[in-house]
Amino acid sequence: MRREVDIRQQEEELRTLAGAILQEARRGGASAAEVSVSQDIGLTLKVRKGELETVEFNADRGFDISVHNGRRTGAASTSDSSEDAIRETVARALDIARHTQEDPCNGLADPALLARRLPDLDLFHPIPLDTEVATAAAQACEAAGFSHDRRIVNSEGAEASSSQSCTVYANSHGFMGSYATTSQSLSCVLIAEDGNGMQRDYWYSADRNPKALEVPEQIGRTAAQRTVARLSPRKIATGEHPVLYDPQTARSLARHVIAALSGGPLYRKASFLLDSLGAEVASRQLRLFEQPLLPGRFGSAAFDGDGVVTAEKAFIDAGAVRSYALSAYSGRRLGLPTTGNAGGVHNLRLEGKTTPAEALFKEMGRGLYVTDLMGQGVNQVTGDYSRGAAGFWVENGEVQYPVHEVTIAANLKDILRRIVATGDDHDQRGNVIAPSVLIERMTVAGGA
Amino acid sequence: MSGLVAVAEATLLGPADLCRQDVEKALGRLAAAGADLGEAFFQSRKSESWALEDGKVKHGSFSVDRGVGVRAVSGEKTGAAYVEDIRPQGFKSAVEAACAIVRSGASQEAQALQAQVVQPIYEGVNPIPTLGQGDKVALLSRIDRAARRMDNRVQEVSVHLSLSFETVLVMATDGVLAADARPMARLGVSVIVVEGKRRESGYAGGGGRRDLSAFSHNWPEELAQEAVRCAAVNLDAVEAPAGAMPVVLGPGWPGVLLHEAVGHGLEGDFNRKGASAFANRIGEQVASPACTVIDDGTLPNRRGSLSIDDEGTPTQPTVLIENGTLVGYMQDKLNAKLMGAAATGNGRRQSYAHQPMPRMTNTFMQPGAYDPQEIIAACPKGIYAVNFGGGQVDITSGRFVFSTTEAYLIEKGKVTQPIRGATLIGNGPEVMTRVSMVGNNLALDEGVGVCGKEGQTVPVGVGQPTLLVDEITVGGTSA
Repeated sequence: MRREVDIRQQEEELRTLAGAILQEARRGGASAAEVSVSQDIGLTLKVRKGELETVEFNADRGFDISVHNGRRTGAASTSDSSEDAIRETVARALDIARHTQEDPCNGLADPALLARRLPDLDLFHPIPLDTEVATAAAQACEAAGFSHDRRIVNSEGAEASSSQSCTVYANSHGFMGSYATTSQSLSCVLIAEDGNGMQRDYWYSADRNPKALEVPEQIGRTAAQRTVARLSPRKIATGEHPVLYDPQTARSLARHVIAALSGGPLYRKASFLLDSLGAEVASRQLRLFEQPLLPGRFGSAAFDGDGVVTAEKAFIDAGAVRSYALSAYSGRRLGLPTTGNAGGVHNLRLEGKTTPAEALFKEMGRGLYVTDLMGQGVNQVTGDYSRGAAGFWVENGEVQYPVHEVTIAANLKDILRRIVATGDDHDQRGNVIAPSVLIERMTVAGGA
Repeated sequence: MSGLVAVAEATLLGPADLCRQDVEKALGRLAAAGADLGEAFFQSRKSESWALEDGKVKHGSFSVDRGVGVRAVSGEKTGAAYVEDIRPQGFKSAVEAACAIVRSGASQEAQALQAQVVQPIYEGVNPIPTLGQGDKVALLSRIDRAARRMDNRVQEVSVHLSLSFETVLVMATDGVLAADARPMARLGVSVIVVEGKRRESGYAGGGGRRDLSAFSHNWPEELAQEAVRCAAVNLDAVEAPAGAMPVVLGPGWPGVLLHEAVGHGLEGDFNRKGASAFANRIGEQVASPACTVIDDGTLPNRRGSLSIDDEGTPTQPTVLIENGTLVGYMQDKLNAKLMGAAATGNGRRQSYAHQPMPRMTNTFMQPGAYDPQEIIAACPKGIYAVNFGGGQVDITSGRFVFSTTEAYLIEKGKVTQPIRGATLIGNGPEVMTRVSMVGNNLALDEGVGVCGKEGQTVPVGVGQPTLLVDEITVGGTSA
């Protein structure tokens, strides 16, 4: 089955809908209002052991509205864009706004800060939703995994996914911005077995442009390599050791830091980086910054969730906090201007003293190389950090054997200060981009 | 149940200009295309939430989602299409897309729809309007005041109330015609306490498939008190130990152990595919003889309960492990058929826009013989963990983790100091064989659990009595 889709054909309809919703809010007595409307169309398909297993088509539309009644606010959302549903949804938001309590920080963003120019960020590369093409790619990917090593005995499948989205944000200051995006991905989950049991691992490629995806065979082979490498893992003794995060797991460190510098946790006093603006909180080599206007990336956007213009900025530079990540609302709560981060960050990147990735092993000498993390053992209020991990034991700068069933623990404030070096191997997939990160020491608990 | 079907048809089909005959025709189309199982799942979900912070109810939101998921299953293959537009044209396009995968199959016939008689285990009452908007705001404010009154170290209080009501209608080529009306309420309180330079958080929450009037009069104050108590305990927490040691788990929510260590590994799909550490082990000893583990979707008003699952199969108590022996898996229709087993009422989906798969409902361990105090006294040195955040499992290797939010040292058989949060890691089949004492105090959790699998979340429950695990790795910082 092949469906030719171009979601841009619905962009005008969605913009008209956004306008109608704002008008309905005004008619209902809202002093200000904002709305986002989105539409997604997609195909997800999975092949397992060479056979097509699932084909899923989705078509979703939804809108979210926030209305302001003076200093009170109310919100409502629905998947139904009929006229009746719009009326009812707006009425529900207005009803809620009559019952919430006044908050002087409520309201739209300052009109002077709203994005005026909307550059083309190269986010839309449509291809037909074609089950035959997607099946062939997933089959090639999984087959390459199976043929890479005979210890690959099973598969949880290779999944190909393709989608198009269109999003409109509009508010009663007269701002209306919209953009269409595409997203393609191909992933593979394999299972290997030897005399000591089964292990699983995966690999994936994702990009807005289908031409930028890794070739299917490469994804399958990488998944197979990673899976086989985990066979016959050992437990290790409990102790304090250097820990090297690979780029996939290091991404989570960047996420914990930006969460702690975000408006909500800061004004709720629920962050381990409270009152840290200007303070040195990390190793001096550390830089954490966002690049919203990079073409073609997953996090690229010319305006944030308030319609405020985005710009490149550092959150941490030379180890010191240079900016929080704030929306118009959280900014007012903290007495600071918005940073254009309503809804989150855009292409967040972590960098340090860049060392070739292979040299990081030499620099570590002896310690734990972490390639997988499990669980949610991170306390954002205190910074206490204790997570399940798996990876490899390193001696004399060389990988010795796979390790499993360990935890790594420390306080995030100490982890940030103990960053010794970072790699040149940034994982470019997704909105948060990190290289390998070497931490001087953490407590590694093992059962051996 | 036939009354429920009529209500669901009026709610879901009527406004979309569809009627039962249209759906029957579509099921005939799916069968003719070669589907062993063709199914239409219609759903409408209304939800409302209110949030208090900084002493004021500042945020409230309402949402309504509606749509249909159409499936055509042929052997191991599934074609599915999800649309929020239930009207004839949207529905028809979904049916055609779902057929795409089964085109090669032999033509079949759909069985006549037959409404099932199932006794609902909760009242099909929408909880959203059972309390006025002003009363909801007042409820949240009452909790805020209670928390601040209890302890002057309380600096921040956040309260979150969410209420939802879901109507589902399932029609399938195997003759299933079923509907359900599902209420859900959840109330949660988070506090931050400050003493000197220490800042700690505490959380308490609860809920279930009922409206708010069903909860006790002083429940809001009890939640506030519990949240403040948890936070205050952690102000005195010392570094957690690191390494393998005995762990006593408290009753109730620590049952997240079972959910991670055995629950996911016993879902039918992973076992059919041979991807689980428990695959092909029915009849084997996989836990100590003290362990009997059950998944039961029929417990009245529990958060994980359902009258019928999302494929229209009535829920049931399913024994997974009996006196340490693996006796059963949790099944949806597809995996049950392929494994030659019966569906167990565990076919669940996050919404119409997701595929059903085997999922847990309420998973718990039967009580044993020991007094909880005896169990602690039997542990010379270890930790006593009474509250947890979340967990995760790798079902293939059996490795799982869960993270404490309230735990204490046990020294010489006595509970002593509180310790900072630590992740516990182990291997499911190994850890279950090390459960050496099971208490007589089975408790179920308070009703806030959410389980994630392959990107889909569903509400679940867990429970267990106090139990002793002889050895598990504790991920503290004090080596």
